Amino acid sequence: MRHTISVLVENKFGVLARVSGMFSGRGFNIDSLNVAPTHDASLSRITAVMRGDEAQLDLCIKQLRKLVNVVEVEDFKEGQAYTHELVLVKVRADSKTRAEVALIANAYDAKIVSLAADHAIVEMLGSDANISALLGLLEPFGILELARTGRLALKR
Amino acid sequence: MKKTQTSPATFPKAEIGREMKGADAVVECLIRESVDVVFAYPGGASQELHQALARTDKIRVILPRHEQGGSFAAEGYARATGKVGVCMATSGPGATNLVSAIADAFMDSIPLVAITGQVFSKYIGKMAFQETDFYGMTLPIVKHSYLVMDVKELPRIFKEAFHLARSGRPGPVVIDIPKDVQQAKFQPVFPPAVEFRSTYATAQQHASDEQLKHLLPLLGAARKPVIYAGGGIISAGAHAELKAFAEKTNLPVATTLMGIGGFPETHPLSLQWFGMHGAAYGNWAVEQCDLLLVVGARFDDRITGDTKHFAAQAQIVHIDIDASEHHKNKRVHHAIVSDVKFALGRLNELLKAHKFTPPDTKEWQAQLATWKKEHPFSYEKSKHIRPQEAVQALYELTQGDAIIATGVGQHQMWAAQFYRFNEPRRYISSLGLGAMGFGYPAAMGAKVACPDKQVIDIDGDGSFMMNIQELATCKIEKIAAKAMILNNQHLGMVVQWEDRFYGSVRGNTILGDENNVGSPDNPDALYPDFVKIAEGFGVKGRRVIKKSELREAIQEMLDHDGPYVLDVIVPYTEHVLPMIPAGRTVKDMLLK
Repeated sequence: MRHTISVLVENKFGVLARVSGMFSGRGFNIDSLNVAPTHDASLSRITAVMRGDEAQLDLCIKQLRKLVNVVEVEDFKEGQAYTHELVLVKVRADSKTRAEVALIANAYDAKIVSLAADHAIVEMLGSDANISALLGLLEPFGILELARTGRLALKR
Repeated sequence: MKKTQTSPATFPKAEIGREMKGADAVVECLIRESVDVVFAYPGGASQELHQALARTDKIRVILPRHEQGGSFAAEGYARATGKVGVCMATSGPGATNLVSAIADAFMDSIPLVAITGQVFSKYIGKMAFQETDFYGMTLPIVKHSYLVMDVKELPRIFKEAFHLARSGRPGPVVIDIPKDVQQAKFQPVFPPAVEFRSTYATAQQHASDEQLKHLLPLLGAARKPVIYAGGGIISAGAHAELKAFAEKTNLPVATTLMGIGGFPETHPLSLQWFGMHGAAYGNWAVEQCDLLLVVGARFDDRITGDTKHFAAQAQIVHIDIDASEHHKNKRVHHAIVSDVKFALGRLNELLKAHKFTPPDTKEWQAQLATWKKEHPFSYEKSKHIRPQEAVQALYELTQGDAIIATGVGQHQMWAAQFYRFNEPRRYISSLGLGAMGFGYPAAMGAKVACPDKQVIDIDGDGSFMMNIQELATCKIEKIAAKAMILNNQHLGMVVQWEDRFYGSVRGNTILGDENNVGSPDNPDALYPDFVKIAEGFGVKGRRVIKKSELREAIQEMLDHDGPYVLDVIVPYTEHVLPMIPAGRTVKDMLLK
């Protein structure tokens, strides 16, 4: 199971290393990890997607709470939070295939944000499921490079 | 975010100090935290701190002969007193030599503050001379840590560090201070209390009455109850509460090695300690109990063996101050987050208020008594001195009143088996990490903390060698820490595993000439000559081979007013029993 954990941390030296080190040192599996400051510059929010059962989730949260620079830990159950992810994908697209790529992007509310003779960069903001679907459809054209933020989440 | 203030507020208001160097502010902070001794080895990056320490007479600075010795000594001091132990080293190699003690304090939840000098901040990350990223290196083994980049932060950081080291579940805190920060002049502001944005760092962990009342019917209904008490009893200072609780409920108590002394071992309800090499009766009791009350313990693998079969028929109640220990190694039925001193104290009040009658456990107590009678810790007599016999003689000659430190291995288990501990903080041992070389420096630290007590390191010849240089510290600093070496010329515990599981093939476990191994029957080949080594350090020493001289030699060691090395020659063929092979169950316990 995948769990979304939101961790509010003090924006201090070494905090990210401490949190990510806890995940690896204690053997938790992390699919994605996103970190950036909040509106309060002294705090950052880390959003992590963790793979594991309920018992592992519980242990992981309790370990996070023990870190002195961790201010708050929440895990979001299905539907409790608005989650979103941004993906940028560079896909092979030339004059023959460009239209088809645009059509697919359009179907997923994705945008072509950069065009070159042989490729396009598609930007999409969406749920895991929709991003996976989009990538599945773009795959046959040839995905050259990809960058994604990992899941972001805020409690509703 | 709510800010909380719970630190013992010795200073009601922030106090502004005179202008001083960062290094002097460090010393001021240490004095404010009631630090009276620091184990510190100087070097380029910590020299300013030593200069500042030289300007005060309020703190004794002890120069170990190796940073590892100094840091283990700080732990010995902390384990013997419950106060925060302080060690200090320079950057780079000085700091890396502290790593074992920091890891050890982390495993055994010992309050330790490790201060390290760091290269000038402008050189950080440039691979400067004697630079290591000590902050980064120690992240997985600290409760918390600081790299001080602004001198103004020193007072706050020290206040926080000491609070964190000693509060909640204690642990090690590292403070890394670049040399320019030590040199910078400023006017320090000493905060009156600590403030954390994390509520967890200052939270009082107290069980609710509701949670505790829930336990009363369980206790009342139990027919085969056992208390499993760990090191949390010692760090919380909950031994009196535990004793009162056990007596009120008539519950037998088995401790862990960390919990030794948390309950008097000569008490009729004591099952001594259990686990891999613990009492057979303690292990059977825990295996067969119907109610296991776990207080201040963490279900270590050396306690549980295969967790699936651990106390399989029992309702398990787990009271611990650290919520992350609940269900970590073993799923339990009732998990209560609490300071164990509070929980046991409150339980005692509730028992009284509810006019609790102890459960009928006559059959169970009879069974335990039979096991205790039939399977005590034991060994076979021989013409040579058995290591167990030496420990027993020491126990008798000190009337059980000494502080015992140990290294790691067979002797560590025998010390725990044959010395009986009735008080907390008397068995000082590296248990979670199992760091060889711990014994003698830890004894040194304990002796500094408790100068009026006999402090004896029961050690192995392997372990003792690892920090033998601390004999110099004890000699020069006049610290009467004594060592009784159970010398079998081998790495005994590894040899035991070789004998049991590897067909007695010796894989680098002989400490002398493997073609001419020293023993009580071959004294000429004994290697090294610990008495001569001690002599070189100016420390009195004696070797004893004959059984008839054992007690008299121990008495001489006890009577000597200064450090002493007693080299007791024992056969290497002795195994620590009972033994539950790693990862197995009580059913697989080897009794011979």
